[in-house]
Amino acid sequence: MATTTPTKPTAASASGSSAAQGGRMMKLGAVGGAWLDQRVSGAGFVKFFARKIFPDHWSFMFGEVALYSFVILLISGTFLTMFFVPSMDEVVYEGIYAPLQGAHVSRAFESTLHLSFEVKGGLLFRQMHHWAALVFMVAIFVHMFRVFFTGAFRKPRELNWLVGFSLMILGMVAGFSGYSLPDDVLSGNGLRVVDGLMKAIPIVGTYLSMLLFGGEFPGHDIIPRLFTIHILLVPAAILGLIAIHLVLLVLHKHTQYPGPGRTDRNVVGFPLFPVYTAKAGGFFFLVFGIIALVSATTAINGVWIYGPYDPSPVSAGSQPDWYMLWTDGGLRLIPGWEFTIFGYVISLNMLIPMAIYGALLAFLALYPFIESWVTGDDREHHVLDLPYNTPVRTGLGVAWISIYVILALAATNDLIGMKLHLSINDLTWFFRIGIFVIPVLMFYVTKRLCLSMQRQRRDLVLHGVETSKVVRLEDGEMLEIHEPLNEYDRWVLVQHDDFRPLTAGNGVSSLRAAATSFFFKDRISPVTPAELREAMAHAGHEKHEIDALTGGDYTTPDQRH
Amino acid sequence: MTENLDGTRPAKGVSAIAAKEGGGFPNPGLPPHAHRQGDHDRGAEKRAERIVAVMFLISVLGTALFIAAYFVFTPMDRNLLAEPGTLHAVRWSNLFTGLGLAISMFFIGAAAVHWAKTLMPDEEVSEERHAIAGSPETQQAAADIITGGLAESGVGRRPVIVTTMVAALAALPIAVLAPLSTLGPLPGNKLHHTFWKAGLRITRDHDGTPIRADEVAMNSIFHVMPEGLDSETPDYLEERAKAAAVLVRIDPALGKNQSSLDNGYEGILAFSKICTHVGCPVALYEQQTHHMLCPCHQSTFDVTDGAKVIFGPAHRPLPQLPIEVDAEGYLVARGDFPEPIGPSFWDIHKDK
Repeated sequence: MATTTPTKPTAASASGSSAAQGGRMMKLGAVGGAWLDQRVSGAGFVKFFARKIFPDHWSFMFGEVALYSFVILLISGTFLTMFFVPSMDEVVYEGIYAPLQGAHVSRAFESTLHLSFEVKGGLLFRQMHHWAALVFMVAIFVHMFRVFFTGAFRKPRELNWLVGFSLMILGMVAGFSGYSLPDDVLSGNGLRVVDGLMKAIPIVGTYLSMLLFGGEFPGHDIIPRLFTIHILLVPAAILGLIAIHLVLLVLHKHTQYPGPGRTDRNVVGFPLFPVYTAKAGGFFFLVFGIIALVSATTAINGVWIYGPYDPSPVSAGSQPDWYMLWTDGGLRLIPGWEFTIFGYVISLNMLIPMAIYGALLAFLALYPFIESWVTGDDREHHVLDLPYNTPVRTGLGVAWISIYVILALAATNDLIGMKLHLSINDLTWFFRIGIFVIPVLMFYVTKRLCLSMQRQRRDLVLHGVETSKVVRLEDGEMLEIHEPLNEYDRWVLVQHDDFRPLTAGNGVSSLRAAATSFFFKDRISPVTPAELREAMAHAGHEKHEIDALTGGDYTTPDQRH
Repeated sequence: MTENLDGTRPAKGVSAIAAKEGGGFPNPGLPPHAHRQGDHDRGAEKRAERIVAVMFLISVLGTALFIAAYFVFTPMDRNLLAEPGTLHAVRWSNLFTGLGLAISMFFIGAAAVHWAKTLMPDEEVSEERHAIAGSPETQQAAADIITGGLAESGVGRRPVIVTTMVAALAALPIAVLAPLSTLGPLPGNKLHHTFWKAGLRITRDHDGTPIRADEVAMNSIFHVMPEGLDSETPDYLEERAKAAAVLVRIDPALGKNQSSLDNGYEGILAFSKICTHVGCPVALYEQQTHHMLCPCHQSTFDVTDGAKVIFGPAHRPLPQLPIEVDAEGYLVARGDFPEPIGPSFWDIHKDK
C-alpha cells in the first residue's frame, strides 16, 4: 500500500514534489503487486521475470535485431495488406507512372504501383517492409553464426538451435513468397526458376508444378496462393517458433562469455527491469529508426522499372534478394549434365544443386548432434567457447560460410564480370574449381590461425605482457621486462576445456576414434597451475637480476627527464 | 579418461575431455567494480539527465515532422516542393515522412539506451542457475505416470486395438492427398504442345505484324510469337510462356548443322526462346559469334549449330521451329516444335 509521509509546511517545494513522486511510483508498484496479482497472479509473474539477469555483450544483439525487424515486418506488412490486391486479373494501368500508362498488367502489379505512388506513406511502408526483410535475414545469419562459433548450441540448447534453424528457413520462404507478390518481370522469372526446378524432380515433378501453379506456368492462381502463404501460414509459423525460441531462452537462461566470476552455474549481468527494459526496449526503437532512415533515402525493388510479368522478356542482372542468391549460384555453376534412362530424364543440372543445398542445410542443422557425438560431452554448457579455443569447429564454420559466399558470388557472376571486365566463362570456371578448393583452404588456414592464437595466449599467461623495456645486464645479456597478468585477465585465458583424441576399442568405435582425431589431433594444452608456478619462479629470478640493476625503478632514461 | 571434468561420468560412452592437471585454476570471482563518472560526479549525472531529456524532445520533433509531411508533402494533393501526381512529389513525400519517422523512433531508442547506460545501476549482478532437469524423484514420478497410464489403457494387453489404431492413423494422412489433387490439373500432354501450328505466320512480339523473309536482314534477331496469339487468347500468358521464339538470320555458309539449316529458310532460323535449363527467356544474342545467352544462368547456345549448348548448365539444344515461306512471302511455321520446349522433365521424351 502506498503511504506518503506528510511533508512539513516549511519544506522546500523540490522535496515536496519528490515525495509526491515517490508516492506515485509506489502506487504503480501496488497495482503490479496487488491489484493485478489478485486477478491474474501478476505478482508471481513480476517476481519471476522482472529481475531476471541477462549478460551484456554486443554479440548478443543480433538475435534482438532479428526479432525487432520481424516486428517491423508485421507492422509494415499489415499496412501493405490494406492496399495490395493479390489477383492476376488483367487491368489497364492508368496511374501516375507515365511509362506504363495504358499497359496491360495484373491487379497485383497495378495495386503495388498504386500503393507505392498514390497512397500517402505507401512507398515508405513498402520500402521499410523490404529493407526490414533484408535486415531480418542478415540478423538471423549473423546471430546463427555467433551461436555456432561460440558453441552456444551445446547441451541443453540443441533443440533451440533447431528452432532457430527452422526460423532461418522460414525467413527465406517468407522473403521469396513476399517479393514474388508484385508480379513483376524479375520475380516472375524467379517463379519460373522454381517451376523449372520442380519439374526436374523425377516422376512427380510435373504434377507438383501443376498443383502449385494451378495448371501451367504462370497460371492465374500463384499470386493469391503465395499471398496466403506469405501473410498467414509463414508468419504464423514464425511467430509460434519465436515464442518457443524465447520460452526456451528464459528456461535455459542466457549463455555468457567466460570471465572472472562466471560459471556454468550462474549468470552474471543486469536485471530485465529496469536496465534491460530500457536497453533492449530502446534498441527496438533504434532498429526501427535506422530502417526508417534507410527506407526514406534509399529506393528498393522498383518493380515499375522491371515492368509487369511477361514470360518473354528478361534483363541481364537478374538477381534474387541476397538471402536467395546462394540457391541460384549452384544453378549457374553446374555443367549441363542430364541423362536419359529407359526414355526418362534425370536432370542432374538441377538435382545436384538442390542436393548440395540440402546437404549444406542438413550439416548446419545436425552439427550440435555431430559434435556431441564426437566429444561424448553430456554436461550442461552455459559459458561460451571463445572461437579460437575450438579450432576445428571454427574452421568448419568458416568453410561452410565460404561455400555459401562462393555460391552467392556465383549468382552474381554476370555483374562481377561486367564491373571487373572479366569473361563470364572464366569466372564460372573459377567458381567451379573454387567451390572445391577454397573451403578446404579456409578450413586449414582458420584452424592454424586458431592454434596460433591459443599459443600466443598461452605465452601471455606464462610470461605476461611485454613492456618493450629492455635491460642489458653487465655480461651483455638482454632481458625484457614483463608485466604479469592479473588473476582476472588470466582466468579468461586458462578456463577452457581441453579435449584429446580417443583410441578405438573400449566402447569407442573406430569411426568415432577417427572423428576425435580429426577434431583434437592438433591441440595446444591450456596452461596448468604447475606450469604457471614454474614460469613465475623463472620470472622471479629474472626480476631479481633486473631489480639489482635498476633498483626497482623501471622508468626509461628519457622518462626521467 | 572416461570422466567429465566436473567428476560426473557421461550417461553413456566415453568422453574425449582431457582432465585438468591439479583441477585447473580456481575461478577468481567477480572483479572489483569500477564506478562511472556520473556515479560520484553530480555534474556528470545532471549532464546525462539533460542529454536523455533532449533526445526525447528531438523524438517529439520527428513525430511532428512525420505528421506534417502527411499534409504538406503528399504525392497526389498538396506538395510544397513538387507538382502533385508526379514522381518528384512521391519522392519528397517518401523522404519527409521517412525522416520524421526515423527521427521520432531513433531518438526514443537513443534516449532510453543512454539513460540505461549512464543513470541506471551498472553493477553486474550474479544469479544462480537452476538445474534444467528435475530431481530423480520427479523424473521417476513422470515415468510412473506414463507407464501407469499406458497400463491403465491396456496398450500392452490389447494388440488388436493397437494394430487397428495404427492402421487408422496411418491411413488418415492419405486423405490429405485428395484435397491436394484439386489444386491443379494433371499434366496430361500440356507440356508437349505449344500454340504453333503448320501454316501460322511468324509475327513480331507485341505489335503482332507478320514478317516477310526479305525483311530479315543478315545477323538480325526478331522476338516472335505465332499469329493469332493475343490478349484475347484463353490462357494468354501460359501460351506465350511456351510459344516465345526468336528468329535469326545467319550466313548459311557458317552453318554447321545441315538439318538445322533445312528447317530454316535461306539461313533464317527460328528457335524456342525458353531455356532448356530452368525456363528463363534466352534473351541475349551476340551477333558476331551467333551465340544466344540466357541471362539467368548463362547457358550459351550456338545458333549456327542447331542451338547446341556450348557453355553453362543447360543440356538440350533450344528446340527449333521448322519454318517456310507462304505464297505472299511471309514466314510461316511448318508445324509445332518437334519436342517440348523449356526445362527438362521426367517424361519429356515420351510422345503425348
